[in-house]
Order: sequence, then structure tokens, then C-alpha cells
Amino acid sequence: MKQKIVNELKMSFPSLSENERFSRLAVSGFLSQLNPRIDELSEIKTAVSEAVTNCIVHAYRNTTGLIFMQVRIFDTSKVYIKIRDKGCGITDIKKAMEPLFTTAPEEERAGLGFAVMESFMDRIKVRSASDKGTTVIMEKTLKTREGFV
Amino acid sequence: MSVKIRNDKQGRKTTATIYGDLDHHTAKYIRSEIDRAIGEHNTKTLIIDFSNVTFMDSSGIGLVMGRYKLISELSGEVQIANPPPYIRKVIQLSGINKLCRIITLDCEDKPDDTEEKDTADKTIITKEQDHETENSQRA
Ligand SMILES: Nc1ncnc2c1ncn2[C@@H]1O[C@H](COP(=O)(O)OP(=O)(O)OP(=O)(O)O)[C@@H](O)[C@H]1O
Ligand SMILES: [Mg+2]
Repeated sequence: MKQKIVNELKMSFPSLSENERFSRLAVSGFLSQLNPRIDELSEIKTAVSEAVTNCIVHAYRNTTGLIFMQVRIFDTSKVYIKIRDKGCGITDIKKAMEPLFTTAPEEERAGLGFAVMESFMDRIKVRSASDKGTTVIMEKTLKTREGFV
Repeated sequence: MSVKIRNDKQGRKTTATIYGDLDHHTAKYIRSEIDRAIGEHNTKTLIIDFSNVTFMDSSGIGLVMGRYKLISELSGEVQIANPPPYIRKVIQLSGINKLCRIITLDCEDKPDDTEEKDTADKTIITKEQDHETENSQRA
């Protein structure tokens, strides 16, 4: 199926924990034009929060770096979200995505971030390279409308 | 974001009512307030009241799991009260509901902002960190 991008948001912000809330509110504000269902919007906000928190907690551990976020709305009511960092990277992505796996148990991390992203979004793709950074791409088609008008 | 803590000395019960968003940024503060209350009151039953939580991600699961470990060492229990639907989903995904009972607090049991008439020994600790409130119920 052919699909067209109808709107796009690009932003970057430093990896400060204050920005966790800001980032999910920004996405939620941008998606309000789709008139999303409350449950779907809260799932997307949770997934965004997981990906952004991972950049802050893991990618830029002991330092501050930039987090890049891109949101696209398609005419099919599909939402595409890309969250990227230039941090430490993930050596074993498969292992990292296993539920309950965490490299920071002493900080009370549950190891559930990726599990939440997987279950709340339709699709998730993770690319990473050691010392180069990590890119998380997530997609979800909203049930609210037939298409964007 | 804020947390109100009520201690019932007789039952060694502590109720922590969290207000606002529970994420990595706010979890640190909430954790330290709850842990202080547990230490001061020798808590056996910790009730974490989610009725006023507007957002929660896996940082909230880490918070509950951490308190569960702590309270288990004291042979006590942690209960999760009134999680809204969007939080219930994260809880169920984590399986933490197998370790901590999900309960419903009715209004009489709930600590509220008004002065309580009962005799229970209670302390309220509150600190506003964030004045802006967000209502996730509204899209
Ligand atoms: N952006 C990233 N950069 C570097 N490492 C990452 C990144 N995202 C995730 N990881 C690694 O993958 C692991 C699993 O991530 P996940 O989000 O599932 O759990 P967590 O962050 O450890 O715990 P939780 O999300 O439950 O608080 C992390 O412990 C970390 O080692
Ligand atoms: Mg995480």
C-alpha cells in the first residue's frame, strides 16, 4: 500500500531527565491532530518515554549528549517515531531486548523498557553500534480514523 | 509530582499516595520519601496508591520491585492500590501483580487533603516539585 507523509516533527534536546516528560508531551501534542484514542496515545507516550529514558540512563551514562527525535504522520493514520542517540551503543541487541535484562539493576531498572515498547507499538526496530549510538524506530497505526484528512 | 505518606502505627501500615507522573526523573524522589517512611515506621504493609498517577513507565515498575525487595526482607508485603487502566497494562506486562496484590481503596481508606478525624498516628510529607499538572485522561 502506498502511503504518504502528511506531517513531520524533528527535534533534538539534551539528555536531561527533565526532558523525559517534555519529550512525551511533545509527541502527544503533535499527534493530537489525529484525534487519537486516549489508550493509544498513552501507549505511544509510554513507548517514547522508554526510548528517551534509555538514552539518558544508558547511552549517555555519566555524560550529557543530544537525543534526536523524529515523528511522522502518514495518510494511513500510521505514526512513525525515530529516537536516536550518539551514545555508548548496545553490543548485543537481542540480549538487551529480552524482558528483565538490564545492565543497571542497582539503579532499580526493571529491564522492561524494550518489552513495553514492543507490546505498546505495532513494530520496533533497533540499530546500534558500539560507541556510535543507537536508533530505535517504532510504528503504530491508530485505530481512530480511516485516514488523515 | 508529589507523594503523600500516611502511617498507621498500630497496623505498621504505610500508605504512599503518588500524584502526577511517575518516570525516571521523579522516581528518585518518590523512592527516597517512601524508604524514609518505611525506616521510620518499621512498616510491614506498604500500600502504594496509584489513583492519582497521571503517567507511568517501567521506572514505576522498578520502584515497586525495589520496595517489594525491601519489604520482603522485613517479611512484610506491598500492595498496589487503584491503578488506572493505562498503568494496569504496564503492571500486567511486568508480572509484578504476582508479587504485589492489587487492591481497591475506597474513599474512607484513602488519605485525603482534609484533616482526618480518626486517631491513627499519621504524618503527611509532601513536596511539590512540579506545579504543572497534566491530565493524561484528556487527549
Ligand atoms: N539507547 C541505549 N544505549 C545504550 N544501551 C541501551 C540503550 N537502550 C537500552 N540499552 C541497553 O539495553 C538494556 C535493556 O533496556 P530496557 O529499556 O529494556 O531495560 P532497562 O532500561 O535496563 O530497564 P527499564 O527500562 O525497565 O528501566 C539496558 O539495560 C541497556 O544495557
Ligand atoms: Mg529502559
